[in-house]
Amino acid sequence: MIEIKQLHKSFGTKQVLKDINAVFSSGTTNLIIGQSGSGKTVLMKCLVGLFNPTSGEVFYDERGLTTMTRQQQSALRREMGMIFQSAALFDSLSVLENVMFPLDMFSNESVARRKQRARFCLDRVNLGDAENKFPGELSGGMQKRVAIARAIAMNPKYLFCDEPNSGLDPKTSLVIDQLISEITKEFNTTTIINTHDMNSVMSIGQHILYIHEGRNHWEGSMHDVVKANNPALHDFVFASQLLKKAKQGILMDQHE
Amino acid sequence: MLITQYLFTIGKYLLLMKRTFSRPERMRMFFKQYVRELYALGVDSIGIVLLISFFIGAVICIQIKLNIQSAWMPLWVSGYTTREIMLLEFSSSIMCLILSGKVGSNIASELGTMRTSQQIDALEIMGVNSASYLILPKVLGLITMIPLLVVFSTFSGIIGAYATAYIGGILTPADLTAGLQHDFTPWFFWMGIIKSIFFAFIISSVSSFYGYTVEGGSVEVGKASTNAVVASSMLILFSDLFLTNLLS
Repeated sequence: MIEIKQLHKSFGTKQVLKDINAVFSSGTTNLIIGQSGSGKTVLMKCLVGLFNPTSGEVFYDERGLTTMTRQQQSALRREMGMIFQSAALFDSLSVLENVMFPLDMFSNESVARRKQRARFCLDRVNLGDAENKFPGELSGGMQKRVAIARAIAMNPKYLFCDEPNSGLDPKTSLVIDQLISEITKEFNTTTIINTHDMNSVMSIGQHILYIHEGRNHWEGSMHDVVKANNPALHDFVFASQLLKKAKQGILMDQHE
Repeated sequence: MLITQYLFTIGKYLLLMKRTFSRPERMRMFFKQYVRELYALGVDSIGIVLLISFFIGAVICIQIKLNIQSAWMPLWVSGYTTREIMLLEFSSSIMCLILSGKVGSNIASELGTMRTSQQIDALEIMGVNSASYLILPKVLGLITMIPLLVVFSTFSGIIGAYATAYIGGILTPADLTAGLQHDFTPWFFWMGIIKSIFFAFIISSVSSFYGYTVEGGSVEVGKASTNAVVASSMLILFSDLFLTNLLS
């Protein structure tokens, strides 16, 4: 479980995050949504410790992140996995070496066991046959799947995904969403996904946090989004005509 | 304002060095990176070092023979001067200045690209001390390889000088050999090696600092690469002045 308490973040005089409070449970896909510039990425960077909050605290199963020493933070980070927007794979390493990297760094298992684990993770994301390829030889969707395999290699308790669907076609986005959702249940991770993708919101959003102008503006599940009486959330989630019609359809179905 | 900015940059550099010189998390991963850097920074530079040193050695010999040497000077002067210039300044300082362009821009652009493509963030999230993992092998790799490059440079310069004797016929090989062997001071060789180790540290650490701290995109990576070369060249020149005075 991850808990955010009264989190504020400013850059100079510009206040980006204002009094964010939230609880993200384990085994649940938690989505942070909001317009570009609303502070989602800053919030995620505060959560993983890449930015220090101006005030407030982030608790990982009751362990305060900002009060930890650098060594304690490093130890905590070994319980985290992260999928970056750009996949952030190491260019000079093959797919298998990328997935093995955290294991090589922190596991005391034999090389054979580490390889076995990496291959299991690659098979889990259906990339067992690409282990000898290099990131430059892979499509965007495949790179994201390698990033997922690398993120789960150490059996993380906390999984962070920064816009995992950006730059992907709708079909591949669904595959990635489904994979993240399955992994969350399978490994009981506390998964936090930063996204703009409304398909993700409506398909895997078990818990949604809507950030608007740096504030926690709305919280609920994908089922609550449709019924929510919140104009800002409505304008953001159902921005296109297609989504507006889809919303009407869902409401009619629920009414019947 | 400018002084504050300089002090801020120096402070950031020192903090990065503090993180860099901490015990690596996994020695086997460190050695893997270290060997990779020995190759990338050292072995890959041998070609350019040999080529430049060969021509500079030859040119120094020709210049001394044709423009400086006169009838009242001993015949060994050209060989002697070529050896001393190669040992004292060219192979250590000027070669490092040239390497700061090749190696320094390579380091800064590599780390800068890793920063902008979030690869450094990925390392941090995994709990890896990215400064130590990425920068320490580069610093130690270049410090290990630079004495070898200095030796190769000196020998290549001397071969260049012999080429002017055997191929160009500018002076006789016997006069050149006499000059190269005249009044040899072994300390001059060690002085070059000591200076080059300092310069290797400057090139690798300063370039790493500029690359590692890049903020933005590809334009900033390019700027960081240029700044790394300019800053390390300036620091090499200043420290050359200081070290030459100290070691002579």
